[in-house]
Amino acid sequence: MGRAHDALSLQHEITGIGAVWYREWKVFVREKSRIVASIVNPFLWLFVFGGGLGRSVSIPGVDYQAFIFPGILAQATLFSSIFFGVYIVWDRKIDFLKEVLVAPITRTSVFLGKVVGGATDSLVQSLILLVLGAVAARAGWIPTLQLTPGRIASALLILALTTSALVSVGLIIGSFMESPEGFQLVSSFVLFPAFFLSGALFPVGQVPAWLRPLVYADPLTYAVDALRAVILGTSHFTLAADVGVLAAFLVMVVGVGSWAFRRMSI
Amino acid sequence: MAIIALDQLTKRYDELVAVDDLTLNVEDGEFFGLLGPNGAGKTTTLMMLTTLLRPTSGHAWVNGYDLVRQPLSVRKSIGIVFQDPSSDDTLTGYENLKLHGLLYHMPAPLRERRIREVLELVDLTARKDTIVKHYSGGMRRRLELARGLMHRPKVLFLDEPTLGLDPQSREHIWAYVERLVAEERTTVILTTHYMEEADRLCNRLAIIDHGCIVALDTPDNLKRVVGGDVVTLRCASPNLDAVRALGIVDKAEQRDGLVYLTVRDAKSHVAAILQAIGSVESVEVHPASLNDVFIHYTGREMRDTGEEGGWAERTMRYRSSTK
Repeated sequence: MGRAHDALSLQHEITGIGAVWYREWKVFVREKSRIVASIVNPFLWLFVFGGGLGRSVSIPGVDYQAFIFPGILAQATLFSSIFFGVYIVWDRKIDFLKEVLVAPITRTSVFLGKVVGGATDSLVQSLILLVLGAVAARAGWIPTLQLTPGRIASALLILALTTSALVSVGLIIGSFMESPEGFQLVSSFVLFPAFFLSGALFPVGQVPAWLRPLVYADPLTYAVDALRAVILGTSHFTLAADVGVLAAFLVMVVGVGSWAFRRMSI
Repeated sequence: MAIIALDQLTKRYDELVAVDDLTLNVEDGEFFGLLGPNGAGKTTTLMMLTTLLRPTSGHAWVNGYDLVRQPLSVRKSIGIVFQDPSSDDTLTGYENLKLHGLLYHMPAPLRERRIREVLELVDLTARKDTIVKHYSGGMRRRLELARGLMHRPKVLFLDEPTLGLDPQSREHIWAYVERLVAEERTTVILTTHYMEEADRLCNRLAIIDHGCIVALDTPDNLKRVVGGDVVTLRCASPNLDAVRALGIVDKAEQRDGLVYLTVRDAKSHVAAILQAIGSVESVEVHPASLNDVFIHYTGREMRDTGEEGGWAERTMRYRSSTK
């Protein structure tokens, strides 16, 4: 009797992923304060930081607020996606994780279900931000930003790729953490460097040479660049290169995440 | 055929041996009890049998599947009600059951039918759309029992399912479980430290202490080992030799300021015992219980409440700490 006799049908695995997603969606819809908080902060960045600093920065072709809009989208995605990893710590703390781990689904499916769940939450936030951004642009508050439905759809595709990878990173951290406090501490070591190095607030081409390797090593750089390509029509790399890097990063972290969930004990 | 087989199953944490070389068979349809004090290794054994913990050494099979090599097949065969509540308290009762149905890949019509059935079984139909946060401890436990039964497992593991519940809720839960065993011939593995429950429900039980089986038999046979009645006396300076000289006492022991005598037909001998032993503060006579069996094998009393408190209290603590 070997492992070969212990496999599940693909259909069973997909139902399992759907089950985990179902639960995450129900929790998301029920905890509305999470959504509100994730919408308010990006707009503070956009109008208070962008509006204040923007007067002293000039980037050819666009106003500073329009320039950082894709960066702020990426930032909101970064924070909500990584923080989603804390829920695996909670699941363990409230013992709910046992119910899932004792069910006949593989750990990979548990992981993928969580990724899809976290990505859904983040994309709902992004959609709201994009629509509000379009409204603000139409009202003349961000004059050079033009968000057509086509651009919003392209941005959401890039964000889907980005959030899936970042949720995976959050879950990997969460799977190693015993307490929510520990998670917060460790995740902040990821969040702030990833955000500040990503070029969300400055053009990547202008960074000093010594900083460039770090900027290039930050996966979020490519998400910001791709979002600028589809929303503003300007980018440092080509869109294809950005998407390629993001996809490769996603494959890598999903692999690591599946392993992390297999070794996770309750 | 044995539905559960343990072969030298062992779990070791650094220097602590939680489960020590357990070998045991449970037959199909048995109501089997694992008895022991806190920390005896009951829960660790259950965690291994439900694939949540990997054994350090030894083997075990559930429903014919190897725990380590075929965990998914094992998980398909089992249902479990954990010691601590493991439902999601932001979901409703119905949503928790639906999630369970999805996790066990039940087709939608079957899933909905079973949800209706088990909600009916545990009297939660009227509260199915209430968020679990607002359930009482007893309701939540009933929900988890419903969930454990919903996919009709071959083996149902119940880990202290009535810990911290009031006597009425405990009665309810046992009525449901007994009905299930009668209807479905489900094998039940129960861990408890409520002796009366184990006595009434289990057709066989293992007494576990320090990770080892110290006794394994039917409740009646186990009680027969102790034999007769137990007379407990509180007295300052008992004359045990005089009591032994009466020739009616099978066993006389002195522990924690109390004297325990095992006597056949104690009621007709109490007067003689009292006369022989000297001045007595109090006396109690009762038929041998599983508690006496436990004392007989381990030399220790089995307490009825855990030191860390019941799961209901822990839930309360958790909730107040998250606010």
